[in-house]
Amino acid sequence: MSLSPLLDVRDLKVHLRLGPNVVKAIDGVDFRIMPGECVGIVGESGSGKSTMARAITRLMPNVNIAELSGELSFEGQDILAMPDGALRALRRGRGFSMIFQDPLGYLNPTQRVGRQIEEALSCDSSRGSNRNRVHTLLDEVGLPDPANVARRYPHELSGGMRQRVMIAIALASDPQLLFADEPTTALDATVQLQVLQTLYRLHKERNMAMAIITHDLGVVAELCDRVYVMRAGKVIESAETVRLFEHPQQDYSRRLIELSTRRLPRELQA
Amino acid sequence: MLRFVGRRALLAIPLLLAIIILMFSMLHLIPGDPVQALVGDYPVPPAYRQAIETKYRLNDPFLVQVGNYLANVAQGDFGFSYQNQRNVLDLILERAPRTMLLASVSFALAIPLGMAIGIAAGTSRRPGVDKFWTTTALIVYAIPTFWLGQLLVMLLALRLGWFPTQGIGPLISRTQGFAWLLEKLRYLALPVLAFGIHEGMRIARIMRASVIDTLSQGYIITARAKGLSRGRIIRSHVMRNSSLPLVTIAGYAFGSALGGAVLLETVFTWPGLGLLLVDSIRLRDNMTVIGVVIFSALAVIAMNLIVDLLYAALDPRIRTTR
Ligand SMILES: Nc1ncnc2c1ncn2[C@@H]1O[C@H](COP(=O)(O)OP(=O)(O)OP(=O)(O)O)[C@@H](O)[C@H]1O
Ligand SMILES: [Mg+2]
Repeated sequence: MSLSPLLDVRDLKVHLRLGPNVVKAIDGVDFRIMPGECVGIVGESGSGKSTMARAITRLMPNVNIAELSGELSFEGQDILAMPDGALRALRRGRGFSMIFQDPLGYLNPTQRVGRQIEEALSCDSSRGSNRNRVHTLLDEVGLPDPANVARRYPHELSGGMRQRVMIAIALASDPQLLFADEPTTALDATVQLQVLQTLYRLHKERNMAMAIITHDLGVVAELCDRVYVMRAGKVIESAETVRLFEHPQQDYSRRLIELSTRRLPRELQA
Repeated sequence: MLRFVGRRALLAIPLLLAIIILMFSMLHLIPGDPVQALVGDYPVPPAYRQAIETKYRLNDPFLVQVGNYLANVAQGDFGFSYQNQRNVLDLILERAPRTMLLASVSFALAIPLGMAIGIAAGTSRRPGVDKFWTTTALIVYAIPTFWLGQLLVMLLALRLGWFPTQGIGPLISRTQGFAWLLEKLRYLALPVLAFGIHEGMRIARIMRASVIDTLSQGYIITARAKGLSRGRIIRSHVMRNSSLPLVTIAGYAFGSALGGAVLLETVFTWPGLGLLLVDSIRLRDNMTVIGVVIFSALAVIAMNLIVDLLYAALDPRIRTTR
């Protein structure tokens, strides 16, 4: 593992201007991911996990009211100051990608999923080879009969299949870093587990760094090398997963752990 | 898909029946003698009265009359216009293509115009651009078509002399081929401009709102995450998706335009269905009034059916959920 971080975030602030008020959604966060590493981001609802991930990936939905500041560097490049063209190039190839909680809303309802994946491929080549790449991706994310799935519309797929399609879209540009914002919250328990296992397999196979946002500390315990605990727009604790579970430094972290160990999913320990 | 179409078509039938029955009942609602109401402001010759009474079974119970009238309409018999001394159906078939021409060309102008303005306003990152188009569209939309028509006539026809002030062509035309087409277009230009601009502004307003809604959808974030350019996102994700509400509204508007644009046709003396309706009302030619209204209803219903089909074609979600 190389010593320089893939992603290095220092003193990130996201301030939302809502009329006369300013909501400090993210208020000075330091965040680091090494190449090929898997980190978990946990914290209560509203603590700013999604906002942080979207600020880092520059995918804020409310760009016009959001004020970003701090240092954001990816492979040593400043992504905050980066012009749009360079940012797009980074997203199209070997950069970062993101998947979301609600795959149905994040897929275009009027287009076949094959086309939506094809659109994300890192560079345009011939039609035939693009189709093959789409099928390979669908196969890689664990969807049987890729040719058939590629022709479907999002509403014709199950929740688990949709999330796998989202993952295929995110992987199409062969990213070095994948943000997964509560990727399984909308799915039922058994499907959750399968999708997580797929994500973990891809993370290992592709040596792709991953940041998983979740409410489920069981997931973190199983998959993540390190954990960030967030609260009210700040990172209150970050540590190796084992260290955090054994010696949480903050009361808040301790409480989160206590709450989750009561229902730690057995299956994940397989 | 076929079932979807079939069901929509079936639903349209009772609606159409209701309209026909209602229109026929109008004859009895008009104070006085129904035969007189059909003939208009003329003395009724006794033989003609006899013929009408037999044909419409005016001395039978109301339900029999209605059933009889429905049977007539089903055979394409909309009655006889005493005023014009012609079959109402012939009158309608003569007028309808002109109205259709006016409506089609106007919408062919309105749809791209409205979509372009709506997309420009809705996707603009500069608030000034959005505000400019929103205000312009609102003001222009607020101008009634007949007034907009008058303004255009005063400016482009009377002052500049580019276009004729009214009508669909010169009384005697000696032109042929391309020159003939050009002549037609000159007559078409002003009513189409008035109608097209008005409808275009309505479409622009709907399109803008729809574009803004589409831009807030998750799949736009996904498209950004893919590293697509702004133009590409607008072309492949915003345009089609935000056209969906447009199909419904523009389709219905087009449907009612096929029934005749009454004010516009009056302003430009465009002898379409709208003008026919106005003239018939003025001359109390009720047979024609009833015929035109039924035809308009038919046009609206048919257009609604087409809108449903188009919607299903554009939105795959409709297709599977019947
Ligand atoms: N458009 C907005 N308007 C007002 N407040 C906002 C907006 N977007 C985010 N916030 C605020 O930013 C804070 C962080 O929200 P965020 O969605 O990042 O939390 P989260 O940790 O992802 O929560 P969850 O676990 O529920 O997804 C919240 O306090 C929220 O109120
Ligand atoms: Mg969230």
